[in-house]
Amino acid sequence: MSDVPVLRMESVRKTFGGAVVLRDVGLEVAPHTVTALIGASGSGKSTLLRCANLLEEIDDGAIWLDGEEITDPRADQDAVRRRIGVVFQAYNLFPHMTVVENITLAPRRVHGVPRAEAEERARELLERLGLAARAGEYPDRLSGGQQQRVAIARALAVRPRLLLLDEITAALDPELVGEVLTVVRALKDEGMTMVLATHEMGFAREIADQVCFLDAGVVLERGTAEQVFGDPRQDRTRRFLRRVTGAPRLGRA
Amino acid sequence: MTVTEDEPGRKDGDGTNGTPGPGDPYVPSARRIERERHRRARARRATLIAALSTLVTGAALYLVVVNAPGWPRTKETFLDAHYAREAFPKVLEGLWLNVRLLLVCGAAVLVLGMLIAVARTLRGPAFFPLRVLAAAYTDFFRGLPLIIILMIVVLGVPALRLQGVTVDPVLLGGTALTLTYSAYVAEVFRAGIESVHPSQRAAARSLGLTGRQALRYVVLPQAVRRQVPPLLNDLVSLQKDTGLVSIGGAVDAVRAADIIVGRSLNYTPYIVAGLVFVALTIPMTRFTDWVTARMDRRRAQGGAL
Repeated sequence: MSDVPVLRMESVRKTFGGAVVLRDVGLEVAPHTVTALIGASGSGKSTLLRCANLLEEIDDGAIWLDGEEITDPRADQDAVRRRIGVVFQAYNLFPHMTVVENITLAPRRVHGVPRAEAEERARELLERLGLAARAGEYPDRLSGGQQQRVAIARALAVRPRLLLLDEITAALDPELVGEVLTVVRALKDEGMTMVLATHEMGFAREIADQVCFLDAGVVLERGTAEQVFGDPRQDRTRRFLRRVTGAPRLGRA
Repeated sequence: MTVTEDEPGRKDGDGTNGTPGPGDPYVPSARRIERERHRRARARRATLIAALSTLVTGAALYLVVVNAPGWPRTKETFLDAHYAREAFPKVLEGLWLNVRLLLVCGAAVLVLGMLIAVARTLRGPAFFPLRVLAAAYTDFFRGLPLIIILMIVVLGVPALRLQGVTVDPVLLGGTALTLTYSAYVAEVFRAGIESVHPSQRAAARSLGLTGRQALRYVVLPQAVRRQVPPLLNDLVSLQKDTGLVSIGGAVDAVRAADIIVGRSLNYTPYIVAGLVFVALTIPMTRFTDWVTARMDRRRAQGGAL
Protein backbone atom coordinates (compact mmCIF):
# COMPACT_ATOMS: atom_id res chain seq x y z
CA MET A 1 0.00 0.00 0.00
CA SER A 2 1.39 3.34 -0.96
CA ASP A 3 -0.44 5.28 1.76
CA VAL A 4 1.44 6.32 4.85
CA PRO A 5 0.09 4.19 7.71
CA VAL A 6 -2.12 6.10 10.16
CA LEU A 7 -0.48 4.27 13.02
CA ARG A 8 2.85 2.51 12.99
CA MET A 9 4.59 0.86 15.92
CA GLU A 10 8.11 -0.52 15.87
CA SER A 11 9.86 -2.60 18.53
CA VAL A 12 7.64 -1.19 21.26
CA ARG A 13 8.54 -2.34 24.76
CA LYS A 14 6.58 -1.57 27.89
CA THR A 15 7.11 -2.92 31.41
CA PHE A 16 5.30 -2.30 34.65
CA GLY A 17 7.70 -2.76 37.53
CA GLY A 18 9.31 -6.10 36.69
CA ALA A 19 6.51 -7.35 34.45
CA VAL A 20 7.15 -7.17 30.72
CA VAL A 21 3.78 -6.49 29.10
CA LEU A 22 4.91 -5.56 25.59
CA ARG A 23 8.21 -7.16 24.62
CA ASP A 24 8.69 -6.22 21.00
CA VAL A 25 5.56 -5.06 19.24
CA GLY A 26 5.32 -3.98 15.63
CA LEU A 27 2.10 -2.85 14.01
CA GLU A 28 0.92 -1.00 10.93
CA VAL A 29 -2.57 0.38 10.44
CA ALA A 30 -3.45 1.60 6.95
CA PRO A 31 -5.96 4.43 6.46
CA HIS A 32 -9.65 3.45 6.47
CA THR A 33 -8.95 -0.03 7.77
CA VAL A 34 -9.97 -1.85 10.92
CA THR A 35 -7.41 -3.74 12.96
CA ALA A 36 -8.53 -6.19 15.63
CA LEU A 37 -6.22 -7.09 18.49
CA ILE A 38 -6.99 -10.49 19.97
CA GLY A 39 -5.27 -12.49 22.66
CA ALA A 40 -5.72 -13.79 26.18
CA SER A 41 -6.43 -11.50 29.11
CA GLY A 42 -3.18 -9.84 30.11
CA SER A 43 -1.59 -10.31 26.71
CA GLY A 44 -1.12 -6.55 26.40
CA LYS A 45 -3.98 -5.48 24.12
CA SER A 46 -5.14 -2.65 26.36
CA THR A 47 -1.59 -1.59 27.15
CA LEU A 48 -0.84 -1.37 23.45
CA LEU A 49 -3.80 0.98 22.94
CA ARG A 50 -2.86 3.10 25.95
CA CYS A 51 0.68 3.42 24.62
CA ALA A 52 -0.62 4.46 21.19
CA ASN A 53 -2.54 7.27 22.85
CA LEU A 54 0.44 8.21 25.05
CA LEU A 55 -1.53 7.47 28.19
CA GLU A 56 1.41 5.19 28.99
CA GLU A 57 5.01 6.05 28.23
CA ILE A 58 6.82 3.31 26.34
CA ASP A 59 10.22 2.03 27.48
CA ASP A 60 11.68 1.46 24.05
CA GLY A 61 10.78 1.52 20.35
CA ALA A 62 8.81 4.18 18.52
CA ILE A 63 5.27 5.01 17.45
CA TRP A 64 4.26 7.12 14.43
CA LEU A 65 0.94 8.81 13.76
CA ASP A 66 0.52 9.79 10.11
CA GLY A 67 4.24 9.40 9.62
CA GLU A 68 5.15 11.68 12.50
CA GLU A 69 6.92 10.20 15.49
CA ILE A 70 4.78 10.80 18.57
CA THR A 71 7.02 9.05 21.07
CA ASP A 72 9.68 11.71 20.57
CA PRO A 73 9.84 13.44 23.97
CA ARG A 74 9.71 16.78 22.13
CA ALA A 75 6.35 15.95 20.53
CA ASP A 76 3.32 17.82 21.82
CA GLN A 77 1.43 15.05 23.60
CA ASP A 78 -1.82 16.98 23.92
CA ALA A 79 -1.78 17.70 20.18
CA VAL A 80 -1.27 13.98 19.48
CA ARG A 81 -4.16 12.95 21.73
CA ARG A 82 -6.41 15.46 20.01
CA ARG A 83 -6.08 13.42 16.81
CA ILE A 84 -6.89 10.08 18.45
CA GLY A 85 -10.24 9.10 19.91
CA VAL A 86 -10.44 6.48 22.64
CA VAL A 87 -13.40 4.48 23.88
CA PHE A 88 -12.81 2.63 27.14
CA GLN A 89 -14.14 -0.65 28.46
CA ALA A 90 -15.77 1.08 31.46
CA TYR A 91 -17.09 4.00 29.32
CA ASN A 92 -15.42 6.57 31.65
CA LEU A 93 -18.11 9.14 31.02
CA PHE A 94 -17.96 12.21 33.25
CA PRO A 95 -20.71 11.58 35.82
CA HIS A 96 -21.19 15.25 36.73
CA MET A 97 -21.98 16.28 33.16
CA THR A 98 -25.02 15.60 31.01
CA VAL A 99 -24.68 13.58 27.83
CA VAL A 100 -24.36 16.74 25.74
CA GLU A 101 -21.84 18.28 28.12
CA ASN A 102 -19.76 15.10 27.96
CA ILE A 103 -19.68 15.29 24.18
CA THR A 104 -19.06 19.03 23.85
CA LEU A 105 -16.34 19.32 26.51
CA ALA A 106 -13.39 18.63 24.23
CA PRO A 107 -14.67 20.50 21.16
CA ARG A 108 -15.33 23.57 23.28
CA ARG A 109 -12.35 23.56 25.63
CA VAL A 110 -9.71 22.01 23.42
CA HIS A 111 -10.72 23.03 19.92
CA GLY A 112 -12.42 26.31 20.77
CA VAL A 113 -15.65 25.49 18.97
CA PRO A 114 -18.43 27.88 20.02
CA ARG A 115 -20.99 26.34 22.33
CA ALA A 116 -23.96 26.43 19.94
CA GLU A 117 -21.97 24.84 17.16
CA ALA A 118 -20.54 22.15 19.43
CA GLU A 119 -24.00 21.32 20.74
CA GLU A 120 -25.41 21.06 17.27
CA ARG A 121 -22.69 18.65 16.26
CA ALA A 122 -23.32 16.66 19.47
CA ARG A 123 -27.04 16.40 18.73
CA GLU A 124 -26.25 15.30 15.20
CA LEU A 125 -24.02 12.53 16.54
CA LEU A 126 -26.60 11.49 19.12
CA GLU A 127 -29.23 11.37 16.43
CA ARG A 128 -27.09 9.04 14.37
CA LEU A 129 -26.40 6.82 17.39
CA GLY A 130 -30.09 6.65 18.28
CA LEU A 131 -29.73 8.67 21.47
CA ALA A 132 -31.30 12.01 20.57
CA ALA A 133 -33.83 11.80 23.41
CA ARG A 134 -31.05 11.32 25.96
CA ALA A 135 -29.10 14.53 25.36
CA GLY A 136 -30.01 16.17 28.68
CA GLU A 137 -29.64 13.09 30.87
CA TYR A 138 -26.82 12.27 33.25
CA PRO A 139 -24.83 9.13 32.36
CA ASP A 140 -25.99 7.21 35.42
CA ARG A 141 -29.54 7.26 34.10
CA LEU A 142 -28.53 5.36 30.96
CA SER A 143 -28.08 1.65 30.34
CA GLY A 144 -24.57 0.34 29.75
CA GLY A 145 -25.09 0.13 26.00
CA GLN A 146 -26.37 3.69 25.87
CA GLN A 147 -23.44 4.92 27.96
CA GLN A 148 -20.99 3.21 25.66
CA ARG A 149 -22.63 4.80 22.61
CA VAL A 150 -22.37 8.20 24.30
CA ALA A 151 -18.68 7.46 24.90
CA ILE A 152 -18.29 6.73 21.18
CA ALA A 153 -20.05 9.99 20.33
CA ARG A 154 -17.73 11.82 22.72
CA ALA A 155 -14.69 10.34 20.99
CA LEU A 156 -16.08 11.17 17.53
CA ALA A 157 -16.99 14.75 18.42
CA VAL A 158 -13.45 15.97 17.78
CA ARG A 159 -13.30 14.22 14.38
CA PRO A 160 -10.33 11.99 15.25
CA ARG A 161 -7.95 10.59 12.66
CA LEU A 162 -7.87 7.27 14.48
CA LEU A 163 -10.27 5.58 16.87
CA LEU A 164 -9.01 3.19 19.55
CA LEU A 165 -11.63 0.87 21.05
CA ASP A 166 -10.57 -0.95 24.20
CA GLU A 167 -12.81 -3.96 24.89
CA ILE A 168 -15.80 -1.72 24.50
CA THR A 169 -18.38 -4.48 24.90
CA ALA A 170 -16.68 -6.40 27.71
CA ALA A 171 -18.65 -4.66 30.48
CA LEU A 172 -22.01 -4.96 28.75
CA ASP A 173 -24.88 -7.37 29.25
CA PRO A 174 -25.04 -9.73 26.25
CA GLU A 175 -28.32 -8.20 25.06
CA LEU A 176 -26.71 -4.75 24.91
CA VAL A 177 -23.59 -5.79 22.97
CA GLY A 178 -25.40 -5.72 19.65
CA GLU A 179 -26.37 -2.05 19.75
CA VAL A 180 -22.75 -1.02 20.31
CA LEU A 181 -21.36 -3.30 17.61
CA THR A 182 -23.90 -1.88 15.15
CA VAL A 183 -22.36 1.53 15.72
CA VAL A 184 -18.84 0.22 15.09
CA ARG A 185 -20.00 -1.44 11.87
CA ALA A 186 -21.48 1.85 10.71
CA LEU A 187 -18.22 3.64 11.47
CA LYS A 188 -16.31 1.15 9.36
CA ASP A 189 -18.65 1.81 6.46
CA GLU A 190 -17.85 5.51 6.80
CA GLY A 191 -14.17 4.75 6.46
CA MET A 192 -13.06 5.44 10.03
CA THR A 193 -9.63 4.02 10.83
CA MET A 194 -9.96 1.89 13.94
CA VAL A 195 -7.92 -0.35 16.20
CA LEU A 196 -9.98 -2.48 18.54
CA ALA A 197 -9.01 -4.82 21.31
CA THR A 198 -11.74 -7.40 21.61
CA HIS A 199 -12.90 -10.74 22.94
CA GLU A 200 -15.75 -10.88 20.43
CA MET A 201 -14.13 -13.25 17.95
CA GLY A 202 -17.15 -13.41 15.68
CA PHE A 203 -17.25 -9.66 15.44
CA ALA A 204 -13.49 -9.38 14.87
CA ARG A 205 -13.72 -11.87 12.07
CA GLU A 206 -16.58 -10.00 10.45
CA ILE A 207 -15.25 -6.46 10.69
CA ALA A 208 -11.45 -6.55 10.75
CA ASP A 209 -9.27 -6.04 7.70
CA GLN A 210 -6.30 -7.09 9.77
CA VAL A 211 -6.17 -9.31 12.85
CA CYS A 212 -3.21 -9.36 15.24
CA PHE A 213 -2.82 -12.11 17.80
CA LEU A 214 -0.90 -10.88 20.84
CA ASP A 215 0.90 -13.41 22.95
CA ALA A 216 3.58 -12.96 25.61
CA GLY A 217 4.23 -9.36 24.64
CA VAL A 218 4.65 -9.81 20.88
CA VAL A 219 2.37 -9.86 17.84
CA LEU A 220 2.71 -13.57 17.29
CA GLU A 221 0.56 -13.72 14.22
CA ARG A 222 -0.86 -11.14 11.89
CA GLY A 223 -2.98 -11.45 8.79
CA THR A 224 -6.38 -11.01 7.27
CA ALA A 225 -9.31 -12.15 9.36
CA GLU A 226 -9.84 -15.06 7.05
CA GLN A 227 -6.27 -16.22 7.36
CA VAL A 228 -5.87 -15.83 11.15
CA PHE A 229 -9.24 -17.33 12.03
CA GLY A 230 -9.52 -19.81 9.17
CA ASP A 231 -5.98 -21.09 8.89
CA PRO A 232 -3.75 -19.90 11.75
CA ARG A 233 -0.06 -20.52 11.10
CA GLN A 234 1.01 -20.60 14.73
CA ASP A 235 0.24 -23.38 17.12
CA ARG A 236 -0.45 -20.97 19.98
CA THR A 237 -2.95 -19.03 17.89
CA ARG A 238 -4.76 -22.22 17.05
CA ARG A 239 -4.92 -23.22 20.70
CA PHE A 240 -6.14 -19.79 21.76
CA LEU A 241 -8.88 -19.76 19.15
CA ARG A 242 -9.99 -23.24 20.06
CA ARG A 243 -10.18 -22.21 23.71
CA VAL A 244 -12.27 -19.05 23.16
CA THR A 245 -14.54 -20.35 20.45
CA GLY A 246 -14.87 -23.86 21.86
CA ALA A 247 -16.44 -22.62 25.08
CA PRO A 248 -19.07 -20.09 24.08
CA ARG A 249 -20.26 -17.84 26.88
CA LEU A 250 -23.54 -18.79 28.47
CA GLY A 251 -26.50 -16.86 27.25
CA ARG A 252 -24.88 -15.91 23.96
CA ALA A 253 -26.68 -17.08 20.88
CA MET B 1 -25.46 5.14 10.13
CA THR B 2 -28.77 3.73 11.23
CA VAL B 3 -29.43 2.68 14.76
CA THR B 4 -32.95 2.32 16.05
CA GLU B 5 -34.03 5.13 18.33
CA ASP B 6 -34.39 4.19 21.98
CA GLU B 7 -37.69 5.12 23.43
CA PRO B 8 -37.11 7.29 26.48
CA GLY B 9 -37.87 5.70 29.81
CA ARG B 10 -36.94 2.28 28.60
CA LYS B 11 -34.50 1.78 31.43
CA ASP B 12 -35.61 0.78 34.92
CA GLY B 13 -35.56 3.27 37.73
CA ASP B 14 -37.35 6.18 36.13
CA GLY B 15 -40.03 6.10 38.77
CA THR B 16 -42.82 4.61 36.70
CA ASN B 17 -42.33 1.05 37.90
CA GLY B 18 -44.60 -0.20 40.64
CA THR B 19 -47.00 2.72 40.53
CA PRO B 20 -50.29 1.36 39.28
CA GLY B 21 -51.76 3.08 36.26
CA PRO B 22 -55.38 4.16 36.06
CA GLY B 23 -56.37 0.92 34.43
CA ASP B 24 -54.77 -1.26 37.11
CA PRO B 25 -57.55 -3.11 38.99
CA TYR B 26 -55.29 -3.94 41.97
CA VAL B 27 -56.98 -4.30 45.36
CA PRO B 28 -54.77 -4.95 48.43
CA SER B 29 -55.06 -8.53 49.58
CA ALA B 30 -56.17 -9.50 53.07
CA ARG B 31 -52.59 -10.62 53.67
CA ARG B 32 -51.20 -7.19 52.88
CA ILE B 33 -53.83 -5.45 55.06
CA GLU B 34 -53.04 -7.75 57.97
CA ARG B 35 -49.28 -7.11 57.58
CA GLU B 36 -49.76 -3.38 57.54
CA ARG B 37 -51.96 -3.50 60.62
CA HIS B 38 -49.24 -5.44 62.42
CA ARG B 39 -46.56 -2.92 61.36
CA ARG B 40 -48.66 -0.01 62.64
CA ALA B 41 -49.19 -1.69 65.99
CA ARG B 42 -45.45 -2.36 66.26
CA ALA B 43 -44.65 1.29 65.48
CA ARG B 44 -47.10 2.52 68.15
CA ARG B 45 -45.52 0.24 70.72
CA ALA B 46 -42.01 1.47 69.81
CA THR B 47 -43.03 5.13 70.22
CA LEU B 48 -44.55 4.40 73.62
CA ILE B 49 -41.40 2.65 74.84
CA ALA B 50 -39.19 5.49 73.61
CA ALA B 51 -41.30 8.10 75.41
CA LEU B 52 -41.33 6.14 78.67
CA SER B 53 -37.61 5.46 78.60
CA THR B 54 -36.85 9.15 77.91
CA LEU B 55 -39.04 10.21 80.82
CA VAL B 56 -37.38 7.80 83.24
CA THR B 57 -33.84 8.76 82.17
CA GLY B 58 -34.64 12.47 82.42
CA ALA B 59 -36.17 12.09 85.87
CA ALA B 60 -33.19 10.09 87.12
CA LEU B 61 -30.70 12.68 85.86
CA TYR B 62 -32.74 15.50 87.39
CA LEU B 63 -32.87 13.79 90.79
CA VAL B 64 -29.13 13.08 90.80
CA VAL B 65 -28.23 16.69 89.99
CA VAL B 66 -30.78 18.30 92.32
CA ASN B 67 -29.83 16.09 95.25
CA ALA B 68 -26.08 16.73 94.83
CA PRO B 69 -24.65 18.38 97.96
CA GLY B 70 -23.39 21.45 96.06
CA TRP B 71 -26.51 21.94 93.95
CA PRO B 72 -27.97 25.11 95.63
CA ARG B 73 -24.59 26.84 95.38
CA THR B 74 -24.03 25.71 91.78
CA LYS B 75 -27.50 26.79 90.78
CA GLU B 76 -26.85 30.25 92.16
CA THR B 77 -23.50 30.66 90.35
CA PHE B 78 -24.35 29.12 86.98
CA LEU B 79 -28.09 29.45 86.53
CA ASP B 80 -29.08 32.84 87.86
CA ALA B 81 -32.04 34.30 85.97
CA HIS B 82 -31.13 37.89 86.80
CA TYR B 83 -27.64 37.63 85.31
CA ALA B 84 -28.96 35.64 82.37
CA ARG B 85 -31.30 38.49 81.52
CA GLU B 86 -28.51 41.01 81.88
CA ALA B 87 -26.05 38.99 79.76
CA PHE B 88 -28.33 37.93 76.92
CA PRO B 89 -28.46 41.22 74.91
CA LYS B 90 -24.73 41.81 75.31
CA VAL B 91 -23.88 38.28 74.26
CA LEU B 92 -26.13 38.58 71.23
CA GLU B 93 -24.39 41.83 70.29
CA GLY B 94 -21.04 40.06 70.57
CA LEU B 95 -22.33 37.16 68.52
CA TRP B 96 -22.69 39.42 65.49
CA LEU B 97 -18.90 39.63 65.46
CA ASN B 98 -18.68 35.81 65.50
CA VAL B 99 -21.07 35.60 62.59
CA ARG B 100 -19.10 38.12 60.55
CA LEU B 101 -15.85 36.32 61.36
CA LEU B 102 -17.41 33.05 60.25
CA LEU B 103 -18.50 34.48 56.90
CA VAL B 104 -15.20 36.17 56.08
CA CYS B 105 -12.93 33.42 57.42
CA GLY B 106 -15.11 30.71 55.88
CA ALA B 107 -14.73 32.23 52.43
CA ALA B 108 -10.99 32.80 52.89
CA VAL B 109 -10.51 29.22 54.15
CA LEU B 110 -12.28 27.71 51.13
CA VAL B 111 -10.11 29.67 48.69
CA LEU B 112 -6.82 29.12 50.50
CA GLY B 113 -7.62 25.46 51.21
CA MET B 114 -8.35 24.82 47.55
CA LEU B 115 -5.11 26.52 46.45
CA ILE B 116 -3.06 24.44 48.88
CA ALA B 117 -4.80 21.21 47.87
CA VAL B 118 -4.20 21.88 44.17
CA ALA B 119 -0.58 22.84 44.88
CA ARG B 120 -0.08 19.46 46.55
CA THR B 121 -1.36 17.57 43.52
CA LEU B 122 0.69 19.42 40.89
CA ARG B 123 3.12 17.23 38.99
CA GLY B 124 6.38 18.27 37.40
CA PRO B 125 9.75 19.39 38.66
CA ALA B 126 8.97 23.10 38.42
CA PHE B 127 6.31 22.71 41.10
CA PHE B 128 8.55 20.86 43.53
CA PRO B 129 9.04 23.79 45.93
CA LEU B 130 5.33 24.59 45.83
CA ARG B 131 4.46 20.98 46.63
CA VAL B 132 6.87 20.85 49.54
CA LEU B 133 5.65 24.18 50.87
CA ALA B 134 2.02 23.12 50.72
CA ALA B 135 2.78 19.81 52.43
CA ALA B 136 4.78 21.55 55.14
CA TYR B 137 1.98 24.06 55.65
CA THR B 138 -0.68 21.40 56.23
CA ASP B 139 1.58 19.36 58.51
CA PHE B 140 2.48 22.39 60.58
CA PHE B 141 -0.88 24.05 60.98
CA ARG B 142 -2.79 20.83 61.56
CA GLY B 143 -0.38 19.86 64.30
CA LEU B 144 -0.27 23.19 66.13
CA PRO B 145 -3.09 23.75 68.66
CA LEU B 146 -5.38 26.56 67.54
CA ILE B 147 -5.06 28.36 70.86
CA ILE B 148 -1.27 28.59 70.43
CA ILE B 149 -1.56 29.96 66.87
CA LEU B 150 -4.02 32.52 68.16
CA MET B 151 -1.67 33.66 70.90
CA ILE B 152 1.30 33.83 68.57
CA VAL B 153 -0.58 35.86 65.96
CA VAL B 154 -2.78 38.01 68.19
CA LEU B 155 -0.17 38.78 70.84
CA GLY B 156 3.09 38.19 68.96
CA VAL B 157 2.45 40.25 65.82
CA PRO B 158 1.63 43.50 67.69
CA ALA B 159 4.72 42.96 69.84
CA LEU B 160 6.86 43.25 66.69
CA ARG B 161 5.60 46.84 66.30
CA LEU B 162 5.84 46.61 62.52
CA GLN B 163 4.92 49.72 60.58
CA GLY B 164 1.62 49.43 58.75
CA VAL B 165 0.73 46.02 60.19
CA THR B 166 -2.57 45.89 62.01
CA VAL B 167 -2.83 45.31 65.75
CA ASP B 168 -6.61 44.82 65.58
CA PRO B 169 -7.36 41.64 67.55
CA VAL B 170 -10.31 40.83 65.29
CA LEU B 171 -8.24 40.93 62.10
CA LEU B 172 -5.36 39.06 63.68
CA GLY B 173 -7.67 36.51 65.30
CA GLY B 174 -9.41 35.98 61.98
CA THR B 175 -6.02 35.47 60.32
CA ALA B 176 -5.07 32.84 62.88
CA LEU B 177 -8.37 31.00 62.35
CA THR B 178 -7.92 31.12 58.58
CA LEU B 179 -4.36 29.78 58.81
CA THR B 180 -5.41 26.76 60.85
CA TYR B 181 -8.64 25.92 59.11
CA SER B 182 -7.11 26.25 55.64
CA ALA B 183 -4.84 23.36 56.53
CA TYR B 184 -7.80 21.17 57.48
CA VAL B 185 -9.88 22.17 54.49
CA ALA B 186 -6.92 21.63 52.14
CA GLU B 187 -6.77 18.02 53.31
CA VAL B 188 -10.50 17.62 52.75
CA PHE B 189 -10.13 18.91 49.19
CA ARG B 190 -7.06 16.76 48.58
CA ALA B 191 -8.90 13.64 49.74
CA GLY B 192 -11.67 14.61 47.31
CA ILE B 193 -9.26 15.04 44.42
CA GLU B 194 -7.65 11.68 45.12
CA SER B 195 -11.02 9.97 45.38
CA VAL B 196 -11.76 10.71 41.72
CA HIS B 197 -10.83 7.57 39.82
CA PRO B 198 -7.71 7.88 37.59
CA SER B 199 -9.77 6.65 34.63
CA GLN B 200 -11.63 9.97 34.69
CA ARG B 201 -8.40 11.84 34.18
CA ALA B 202 -7.35 9.34 31.51
CA ALA B 203 -10.62 9.92 29.67
CA ALA B 204 -10.13 13.68 29.83
CA ARG B 205 -6.53 13.47 28.64
CA SER B 206 -7.49 11.10 25.82
CA LEU B 207 -9.81 13.82 24.54
CA GLY B 208 -6.84 16.15 24.27
CA LEU B 209 -7.47 18.17 27.44
CA THR B 210 -4.29 19.38 29.10
CA GLY B 211 -3.53 18.29 32.66
CA ARG B 212 -4.79 21.61 33.95
CA GLN B 213 -8.02 21.42 31.94
CA ALA B 214 -8.61 17.86 33.13
CA LEU B 215 -8.24 19.07 36.72
CA ARG B 216 -10.50 22.05 36.24
CA TYR B 217 -13.35 20.54 34.23
CA VAL B 218 -13.32 16.90 35.24
CA VAL B 219 -11.53 16.22 38.54
CA LEU B 220 -12.27 19.27 40.72
CA PRO B 221 -16.03 19.48 40.09
CA GLN B 222 -16.41 15.85 41.15
CA ALA B 223 -14.02 16.24 44.09
CA VAL B 224 -15.82 19.29 45.50
CA ARG B 225 -19.28 17.75 45.19
CA ARG B 226 -18.18 14.67 47.08
CA GLN B 227 -16.60 16.70 49.86
CA VAL B 228 -19.53 18.98 50.65
CA PRO B 229 -20.50 17.12 53.86
CA PRO B 230 -17.01 17.17 55.44
CA LEU B 231 -16.56 20.80 54.36
CA LEU B 232 -19.77 21.84 56.06
CA ASN B 233 -18.62 19.91 59.12
CA ASP B 234 -15.43 21.97 59.25
CA LEU B 235 -17.50 25.12 58.83
CA VAL B 236 -19.59 24.21 61.88
CA SER B 237 -16.38 23.71 63.80
CA LEU B 238 -15.02 27.06 62.60
CA GLN B 239 -18.23 28.76 63.65
CA LYS B 240 -17.74 27.78 67.28
CA ASP B 241 -14.00 28.39 67.25
CA THR B 242 -14.57 32.03 66.31
CA GLY B 243 -15.28 32.34 70.06
CA LEU B 244 -11.54 31.97 70.65
CA VAL B 245 -10.71 35.40 69.22
CA SER B 246 -11.84 36.71 72.61
CA ILE B 247 -8.40 35.87 73.99
CA GLY B 248 -7.02 38.88 72.13
CA GLY B 249 -9.64 41.14 73.67
CA ALA B 250 -12.06 41.34 70.72
CA VAL B 251 -15.58 41.71 72.11
CA ASP B 252 -17.39 38.70 70.69
CA ALA B 253 -20.10 36.67 72.45
CA VAL B 254 -17.61 34.93 74.75
CA ARG B 255 -15.80 38.13 75.69
CA ALA B 256 -19.14 39.91 76.32
CA ALA B 257 -20.01 37.16 78.80
CA ASP B 258 -16.52 37.35 80.27
CA ILE B 259 -16.92 41.06 81.05
CA ILE B 260 -20.08 40.48 83.07
CA VAL B 261 -18.55 37.47 84.83
CA GLY B 262 -15.55 39.57 85.84
CA ARG B 263 -17.79 42.17 87.37
CA SER B 264 -20.35 39.94 89.09
CA LEU B 265 -18.38 36.77 89.85
CA ASN B 266 -21.41 34.85 88.58
CA TYR B 267 -20.86 32.35 85.76
CA THR B 268 -24.36 32.42 84.27
CA PRO B 269 -23.28 34.60 81.28
CA TYR B 270 -20.96 31.78 80.11
CA ILE B 271 -23.92 29.39 80.04
CA VAL B 272 -25.86 31.98 78.05
CA ALA B 273 -23.01 32.40 75.56
CA GLY B 274 -22.67 28.62 75.26
CA LEU B 275 -26.36 28.18 74.54
CA VAL B 276 -26.29 30.94 71.95
CA PHE B 277 -23.44 29.18 70.11
CA VAL B 278 -25.31 25.91 70.20
CA ALA B 279 -28.40 27.64 68.85
CA LEU B 280 -26.29 28.97 65.99
CA THR B 281 -24.61 25.64 65.13
CA ILE B 282 -27.72 23.46 65.25
CA PRO B 283 -29.28 24.83 62.04
CA MET B 284 -25.90 24.50 60.36
CA THR B 285 -25.54 20.88 61.48
CA ARG B 286 -29.08 20.07 60.35
CA PHE B 287 -28.28 21.68 57.01
CA THR B 288 -25.17 19.49 56.70
CA ASP B 289 -27.24 16.38 57.46
CA TRP B 290 -29.81 17.44 54.91
CA VAL B 291 -27.22 17.98 52.17
CA THR B 292 -25.56 14.65 52.94
CA ALA B 293 -28.85 12.78 52.92
CA ARG B 294 -29.85 14.42 49.67
CA MET B 295 -26.56 13.44 48.04
CA ASP B 296 -26.89 9.86 49.28
CA ARG B 297 -30.39 9.72 47.92
CA ARG B 298 -29.35 11.01 44.54
CA ARG B 299 -26.51 8.54 44.41
CA ALA B 300 -28.84 5.69 45.35
CA GLN B 301 -31.18 6.72 42.57
CA GLY B 302 -28.28 6.78 40.18
CA GLY B 303 -28.45 10.52 39.69
CA ALA B 304 -25.60 12.86 38.98
CA LEU B 305 -23.12 13.30 41.74
